[in-house]
Amino acid sequence: MSTFPTFATVQVGDLLPALQLAPVERATLALFGGASGDHNPIHIDTDFARRSGMPDVFAQGMLGMAWVGRVLTGWAPQSRLRRFDVRFQGITHLGNAIRCTGQVVEKLEHEGEHCVRIQLQSANQFGQSKIVGEALVALP
Amino acid sequence: MIDKKWLGHEMPASVLPIERTRLQFFAKAIGETDPVYTDASAARDAGYPDLPAPPTFLFAAELDSGASTQLLADLEIPLSKLLHGEQGFSYFRAACVGDTVTVRSTITDIYDKKGGALEFVEKTSVATNQHGDRVAELRTVLVCRH
Repeated sequence: MSTFPTFATVQVGDLLPALQLAPVERATLALFGGASGDHNPIHIDTDFARRSGMPDVFAQGMLGMAWVGRVLTGWAPQSRLRRFDVRFQGITHLGNAIRCTGQVVEKLEHEGEHCVRIQLQSANQFGQSKIVGEALVALP
Repeated sequence: MIDKKWLGHEMPASVLPIERTRLQFFAKAIGETDPVYTDASAARDAGYPDLPAPPTFLFAAELDSGASTQLLADLEIPLSKLLHGEQGFSYFRAACVGDTVTVRSTITDIYDKKGGALEFVEKTSVATNQHGDRVAELRTVLVCRH
């Protein structure tokens, strides 16, 4: 069994283990389109993307959010997750290698539970921000 | 411009059965390798009755049902102009293989920025399981770029 964080041991400023993704490929987008139910052709059909004024297909926002979610569930069990909110800040293009990070920014009581607030971010290899967000995780 | 008459609009309910092979496919698509998301025995060891739907999975409900497509048609937002602005989830209990989740959404805000160059639609959703228990609440901000 892996060890999970506890309220007593976690400190404000702690970094969650970061998640480094491989560069986005067309196949990445096709697989996520099928699995997520998002069949918008702008993510899987270059012709459609170009007709829409985009240089090429680009990643589904919810793929980026799912990657950020992996930072959370890799750190604490999903059953501990209370809130997960993100803002999409930039389009993730083909070839972008996304790195997702999280940091504990507050320890608090929320609805009778010990919780930590996590600040979340994802960015590509050029440091361009793609997602910023926050999560609330209840810890034993 | 998006017609403000859609403010308060209630979308038809979307029913999403949580299925094993779909969750395994989703895990593959997001690169998730934790066996909790693909192996029922690992999920049970972690305290779930079966594979849990990952944190963002329930967004699929209205894509699968066609409710999302219908909403975009109603609001006259073409796919070519659609962006996802914000997404939020509040969680109340796990949705696992064998559960059936129903998502009901309401349009809660419509506004624009940059002199109408960007239009925003906010949708809030409640997801319940087959027992009527609240599983999650979702908040979505869609963006139409002009």
